[in-house]
Amino acid sequence: MIVERPRDLLIKKIAAHGFMILFLIVIMFPFMMVVSISFREGNFTTGTLLPENPTLEHWALAVGLDFTRADGTVVKPPYPVLLWMWNSVKLGLMAAFGVLTISTISGYAFSRIRFTGRVALLDVLFIIQMFPTTLALVALYRIFDNLGDVNKGLGIDSHISLVLVYWSGVILHIWTLKGYFDGIDTALDKAAAIDGATPWQTFRFVFLPLAVPMMAVIFVLVFIGAINDYPYASVLLRSEDKMTLAVGSRLYLNEFKYLWGDFAAAALISGLPITAVFLIAQKYLTSGLSDGAVKG
Amino acid sequence: MTSAAAKQPAPRKLPILQLAIVAVLTLVAFYAALVLYMLSQAVIAVLILALAAGFAVIYGFNRFYNGRFIFPGIATVTLFVLFPLGYTIFIGFTNYSSFNLLTQARSVEVLMSGGSVDPATEQPFSVAPDGDLYRIWLPNVGLLSDPIALSSDEETANLAVADNPTTLLETRDAIKLRSGLQTLTLFTPDGVELRNAGLRTFASVVPDYRIIDNDHLERVADGTILTADHNKGFFVTEAGEEVPPGFVVTIGWDNFRRVLFSDGIRQPMFSIFIWTVVFATASVVLTFGLGLLLAVILQWPHLRFKPLYRILLILPYAVPGFISILVFRGLFNQNFGEINLILEYVLGVRPNWFTNANLARTMLLIVNTWLGYPYMMLLAMGFLQGVPRDHLKAAALEGAGPIRSFFAITLPQILPPFTPLLISSFAFNFNNMVLILLLTRGLPDIPGTIVPAGSTDILASFTYRIAFGFSSTEFGLAGAISLLIFVMVAVISYANFVAIRRAENRRSGK
Repeated sequence: MIVERPRDLLIKKIAAHGFMILFLIVIMFPFMMVVSISFREGNFTTGTLLPENPTLEHWALAVGLDFTRADGTVVKPPYPVLLWMWNSVKLGLMAAFGVLTISTISGYAFSRIRFTGRVALLDVLFIIQMFPTTLALVALYRIFDNLGDVNKGLGIDSHISLVLVYWSGVILHIWTLKGYFDGIDTALDKAAAIDGATPWQTFRFVFLPLAVPMMAVIFVLVFIGAINDYPYASVLLRSEDKMTLAVGSRLYLNEFKYLWGDFAAAALISGLPITAVFLIAQKYLTSGLSDGAVKG
Repeated sequence: MTSAAAKQPAPRKLPILQLAIVAVLTLVAFYAALVLYMLSQAVIAVLILALAAGFAVIYGFNRFYNGRFIFPGIATVTLFVLFPLGYTIFIGFTNYSSFNLLTQARSVEVLMSGGSVDPATEQPFSVAPDGDLYRIWLPNVGLLSDPIALSSDEETANLAVADNPTTLLETRDAIKLRSGLQTLTLFTPDGVELRNAGLRTFASVVPDYRIIDNDHLERVADGTILTADHNKGFFVTEAGEEVPPGFVVTIGWDNFRRVLFSDGIRQPMFSIFIWTVVFATASVVLTFGLGLLLAVILQWPHLRFKPLYRILLILPYAVPGFISILVFRGLFNQNFGEINLILEYVLGVRPNWFTNANLARTMLLIVNTWLGYPYMMLLAMGFLQGVPRDHLKAAALEGAGPIRSFFAITLPQILPPFTPLLISSFAFNFNNMVLILLLTRGLPDIPGTIVPAGSTDILASFTYRIAFGFSSTEFGLAGAISLLIFVMVAVISYANFVAIRRAENRRSGK
């Protein structure tokens, strides 16, 4: 570790790189396969990693275009992938804005505002947060089924209901932001108070600007979480044009209608932007994640 | 931590505009609560009423200035987390299922809406076009209806004495309108109700039941008295025959009794519980082990191309989970999956990943490790930075090899801060429904069970399938099992809580 003989070091280096490369080949295998499959003909053909007769059929179908094969037959897109993508993005944005608004205000409240029962309330929130709300699906289904009798927009198969459900993930982020605000020097609020700022003004003009990086992290986390959700969306969304990507993509690999090639192209088109967002935000995300988890 | 600013409520008077907005919003909420109450959603109504009252008080008076910051969070948590949790537990004590779906009032409505055709009043009809609309012509009595659209929504029209219409649709064209005809109710001038009784006839429909009081109905045909049974959630005849549709009633501990004492549920549930624990534990151990190994290699100062390796290694974490899981579903497919093609080429075997229970479980663990190791790796890389170099150097000087110094120095130092994260990871995998639902749906099924139970089902996905499966929708039973899972999760959560407090104390202590 401190002083090593050059020959030993070389062997170790080769071993380390060799392991890494082998491991990466195994890890990357699914990605390479999917790219290859998306260019293959048909939905059942097997073949080599480089397709023999590459075709853009699956890609055309995935972006919603009819595709004319060489023999003149026209194939229609099986599912509205772009619509699903829009639904996912829309739901993700609505969920993220809502959660961000509520958790920022509450995080500030728990960090700076003194009120009776504050510590007890925080502990209660912390315990509740660990309960998986996916287990409340039965109740959520019934609640929204009933609300649907009052107003269709609040019932099953409505995006508004789903967004309301996503807001239930707010507690974890209240905690994260509380931890973040705790780290801000109290001299700042004192200075603001001396200048005559109300708590609201302190929040709006001092804390909010300081919290922007953390808020960005939470925004991305909630956004990606909503896009990745399957259980809620599969229970609350029914019709094909309301579905999100996560629910819709499942239809491709149905036992009776197996569209492997079409799925591969659709997965790449929808997965790439989300992956890009994640990789860009990744550095901040992981620090936010471990901070929020340990600070508790 | 202390704040001078928060102690002084704002002394200003509330502006009129703010009061007006608060008043309007409160009234809207009150109205919503009233509508919900009328629709017999009393619990939700009361909850909204309480929140609306809280909203009005907190935002309407300056005294509660501080509450304004706390209210949004508390309201959200109450409405969207606490209320559904409590409601799930309540459902666990009811017979809510596909057979007992409605409230009693709705059940009665459904029973009353059914009727039998009175053969004596059956008579032919014709359809007369009237612009875009239609009129119904009953030749036997010489009555013609008001114009109607004949859409598939419920429609009513009055009949009046009239002359024979000049144009009538052919029977064939009239039949094409049958979806509109079936939802049509006609009223004769005497007030008799006529409904479509067949392809060619209208007739008056006599309701099957007559309401005696809230809990009793009389079957018109034979005079049988039906009594609402509040233990079973059905109207029953004197002979004990249950008349669907049933309604929701509380049934006490019956669902829990079924879970604990009915062999067809208890045995599969026990094996599902064991698999859930094995799955969660194995997932944590595998992802942690692999992630830590990779992190240690990436920390090695002599390794080049670190940023490249790092970005490639976290790719499985960056790709949306549902896509990767479905990709694996395709790759593992027994007949056209690429994994089996390679295995057959190299080893000459073609495993049934989806039909053999143990292979399916292995597949789940492989996929979950693939999905989960980058998170552990990223965390481990962070914690490894905190291990003092001096300790490792000292160990090397004492002659300890890299493996010895890893287990003697590095691991003991990073394990305590890691513990809460490992417990959360365990809790997450304990309820990792997305993976199970998208990859195997819990299949292959365990033979000989009353409710659908799969050998790869974890408790959460088992509950999901009971509630929203293709064959059964036993919401009550699912609620009861959810409550049992809550209890287990509570234990895990408490352990995590203690672990985090300890980690915190250790940190602040040093």
